[in-house]
Amino acid sequence: MEKQATRDAYGKALVELGRQYNDVVVLDADLSKSTKTADFAKVFPERFINAGIAEQNMIGMAAGMAATGKVAFASSFAIFATGRAFEIIRNSLAYANLNVKVCATHAGVTVGEDGGSHQSVEDIAIMRCVPNMSVVVPADGTSTRKAVEAIYHRPGPVYLRLGRPSVPILYDDNMDFRVGQGIELRNGTDATLIACGIMVAKCLEAADRLQEAGISVAVIDMHTIKPIDRELIICKARETGAILTAEEHSVLGGLGSAVCEVVCEEFPIPVHRMGLNDVFGQSGSPDELLDYYGLTVEKIIENTQILIKKK
Amino acid sequence: MREITDSSIQEVREKALLIRRDIIKMLGESGSGHTGGSLSAADILSCLYFWEMQINPQQPHQADRDRFVLSKGHAAPVLYAALAEKGYFQREELDRLRKLGSMLQGHPDMRKVPGVDASTGSLGQGISWAVGMALAGKMDNRNYRVYALLGDGEIEEGLVWEALMAAHHYHLDNLTAFLDHNGLQIDGPIEKVMSPEPVADKFKAFGWETLVIDGHDPHQIMAALNTARTIKGRPTAIIANTVKGKGCSFMENKAEWHGTAPNQEQVALALGELV
Repeated sequence: MEKQATRDAYGKALVELGRQYNDVVVLDADLSKSTKTADFAKVFPERFINAGIAEQNMIGMAAGMAATGKVAFASSFAIFATGRAFEIIRNSLAYANLNVKVCATHAGVTVGEDGGSHQSVEDIAIMRCVPNMSVVVPADGTSTRKAVEAIYHRPGPVYLRLGRPSVPILYDDNMDFRVGQGIELRNGTDATLIACGIMVAKCLEAADRLQEAGISVAVIDMHTIKPIDRELIICKARETGAILTAEEHSVLGGLGSAVCEVVCEEFPIPVHRMGLNDVFGQSGSPDELLDYYGLTVEKIIENTQILIKKK
Repeated sequence: MREITDSSIQEVREKALLIRRDIIKMLGESGSGHTGGSLSAADILSCLYFWEMQINPQQPHQADRDRFVLSKGHAAPVLYAALAEKGYFQREELDRLRKLGSMLQGHPDMRKVPGVDASTGSLGQGISWAVGMALAGKMDNRNYRVYALLGDGEIEEGLVWEALMAAHHYHLDNLTAFLDHNGLQIDGPIEKVMSPEPVADKFKAFGWETLVIDGHDPHQIMAALNTARTIKGRPTAIIANTVKGKGCSFMENKAEWHGTAPNQEQVALALGELV
């Protein structure tokens, strides 16, 4: 299976966006080679601003640029973009509802060897609770490219969450990416697996293997965590009667929480949330860490089987 | 170089007086808000809005307009008074300061108030916006200028120094920042709470052209703005030595007037002095 890191797709998408639209500016905080904004900087040096190791000022400058009419894409690692600069994002971007897209790479434990200090497991939660902010977590390179174009056209602040390692390409170029609309990749009747980011590919593989065992599960790529696709969640809750969520993020406040909020209010059914159980990450290879924290195909299968018994 | 005439100085003085009177009246009406730091900045805002900036109240979003960022956003009353006086909105709005549903929020909201170029209030962030605005102006070869007003307590925020560094790094000679150097913050004298001194040396060390003036003398403010327009390749800081509560004897140089509004008796007393 062909693979691409979502950050690589982001870098290429920015260059395309820069070619199409003159109002696109890109900011980074000394991580442009890792976040891949260096691709844009190389082609459009006059529209690239390096803030140096100063994430707060990067976001503040992006706000000022957006206030003059620019569409600013600001990148760093997820931990610094959303953590270090949180209150600037809250007050300067979201409160003023400015056209700044915070596009953070190196989210989750698949940062790997750098360890827990650099593995953001709470960024979806803290971005999701900020008014005006949209949160998008693409599953592969193709949807990342489409997401970059889509969030350019979406007025207001957006948080785009990207990863470090290469992940399987799930979509072809004809895929239709709409902010706020989940994508049903598999139909099924016994349960629904709702995932975002790297967990989407794992849920697809789990669905195939469950099928072999005679269990039919639907798979949703819930690439937009906010605004969440309530309609689709309610529909699948009714149709399948059980939902498993999977994300490379804390189980507190992220995709799982967002799905539970809808299910609790609209159609209560058993839900199992997979993610990091209120713990920090640590050093290791990305695959070792996913295994350690139970974010594997095997665990999805196991948890789905337990979940279905609760129906 | 723009001419500084007796009549322009006279006009700026008159506007500053009206601004100060409006600050007192609107804070008396709202019952809460930041009086001292609004009064200390009145002469600076009067010079900006009634002499320096190229702006048109009928077209508050015009792309080539000069921009002003009130980085010390708690001094919102001085900005609102200047904008009302300039004609951005009806003066009656001033009586609605801090009231439910009012466009005049406790801290400036660009989405609500015509003429407010930046939503500020969380200290340190405005100067960062101003740097972004100046950067965008350079990028597009526009001729507008960007002005920011910082508090001297505000510069205790680390973000300010990130922004100052960036402004110098990107040669933003279209950016001028005032420091309202009144020496007091909520908990007391800045030198006791967390001294940012020597402030002029620090701005210089960060590569800014740095001027030190009396922030209540219109002639000195205008002359500094004239100088700033001639400086090429780097931003200009105007350290404006001011008096917190300036114009009301019982408020002057008193930290307790940082976040306190006058009662009706004090309003009458203050307006009696502001003539």
